[in-house]
Amino acid sequence: MSRLSELLACSERPVVTAEFPSIDGGGLEELEKAADELRPFVDAVNATDNPSAHAHASNTSVAIGMMQFGLEPIMQVVCRDKNRIAMQADVIGASLFGVENVACLTGDDVTAGDEPEARRVFDLDSTQLIKVASGLAEGHYLSGRAIKQPPALFVGAVENPFAPPLDYRVLRALKKAEAGARFLQLQIGYYPERLEAFVRGCVEAGLTSTTALIPTVVLTKSAKALSFMDKSVPGISIPADMIARVAGAGDKDAIAEESYQLTLELSRHALSLPGVSGIHLTDFRHDGSLERLVRDLGIGPAFDPMATVAGTTTG
Amino acid sequence: MPKLLPLIEHAVKKPVWDCRMCGQCVLHSTGMTCPMTCPKTLRNGPCGGVREDGNCEVKPEMRCVWVKAEQRSHSPANPHHWEEEFNDLRPPVDNRLQGTSSWVNLVTKRDRRTPAGWQGLSREQHSAVPGASMVEVDEVASLPIGFHS
Ligand code: SF4
Repeated sequence: MSRLSELLACSERPVVTAEFPSIDGGGLEELEKAADELRPFVDAVNATDNPSAHAHASNTSVAIGMMQFGLEPIMQVVCRDKNRIAMQADVIGASLFGVENVACLTGDDVTAGDEPEARRVFDLDSTQLIKVASGLAEGHYLSGRAIKQPPALFVGAVENPFAPPLDYRVLRALKKAEAGARFLQLQIGYYPERLEAFVRGCVEAGLTSTTALIPTVVLTKSAKALSFMDKSVPGISIPADMIARVAGAGDKDAIAEESYQLTLELSRHALSLPGVSGIHLTDFRHDGSLERLVRDLGIGPAFDPMATVAGTTTG
Repeated sequence: MPKLLPLIEHAVKKPVWDCRMCGQCVLHSTGMTCPMTCPKTLRNGPCGGVREDGNCEVKPEMRCVWVKAEQRSHSPANPHHWEEEFNDLRPPVDNRLQGTSSWVNLVTKRDRRTPAGWQGLSREQHSAVPGASMVEVDEVASLPIGFHS
């Protein structure tokens, strides 16, 4: 059983997960550096799969590499780049090395990346992938071919409570839970009331009894970063008054501080919602703000007297 | 006639639903909106990239297929059960059916055939299920390693 699944099952404290930076070169030292920064503060970390349709070191290699440096990976698998055969192979392959947490995503379209001329695959959709990955853990490939010693997997997904059709997002989350998702990391979002409605809907529908909800917050330094996300990242919209609040804070330092305060507020709000099991952090600042945030929130392994540091499993 | 049917089906469904002839039609359960017109060909609901105005991540000028489908699924003009079927977990597309007539596949139930693993079964269990002979067991997969590479 993965540490993440154990922590979520005992639900004694909110879990902290984070996004691992993209790796392009520099050997394992690059990976180690990033792992060292995150290790004390997080329970598990997402190894991304060509985020925003840009090629990087692969999800499997980074997930396996993370484990060498004592971080527990959540391996993202997106449906954009590979067909059903290759995706199953990746999950099974990574599981040989002990990668258990798998997050199934649709994936941004190729047009969001720097190679928009690429062929998009989408042989499975994310909900189908959840079911296929869960099947691997039950001992068979999609074809039905048996896996004699099935891998232990903890399968999850991502859902976006902030994008239309808003009324439908709870049902879509339920469908994912029924397909086998045991955790849902939620898309970055700047509408607390939408998050609240979504989480409430999930609790009322009974989803949270099988599936953990983990909202995402982003650490940014400038109003420009917020505008960029608002305009250029698929599925993210940020209210104009929030961007204006950060932009109007004063000089560069004041703006950076206001950005931090905004993230802190959104995090507190998310964690206050009954039905939320933790928080997922995306750090675009790399200036120690991630540590500050978990301290201010008082969560994560650094503030859990019972915890060992991330991934250093006790057996 | 069997050769003509795909042509007739396409002639009817293309102008109305922009049909892509996937051969396993789910129009009635998706608010009569063809999911194969979604640039990501998603069959189980909208991606996370839908724009704030309800348009598509990939084609900003186009309404998201699933936003449209969700609205239409509630239409009082549809039979009641269609609305419930909207939430069905639709299986992966069988790419072998591309270009064939979904009308024929519906009658022969070919469009219902899914891999054993989709039903949560390994093949051994599956062949014990009545009617399972519908499923083709790919014997090649059990040939010695490297044989077919
Ligand atoms: S926004 Fe809608 S139509 Fe466009 S790719 Fe996503 S689900 Fe498909």
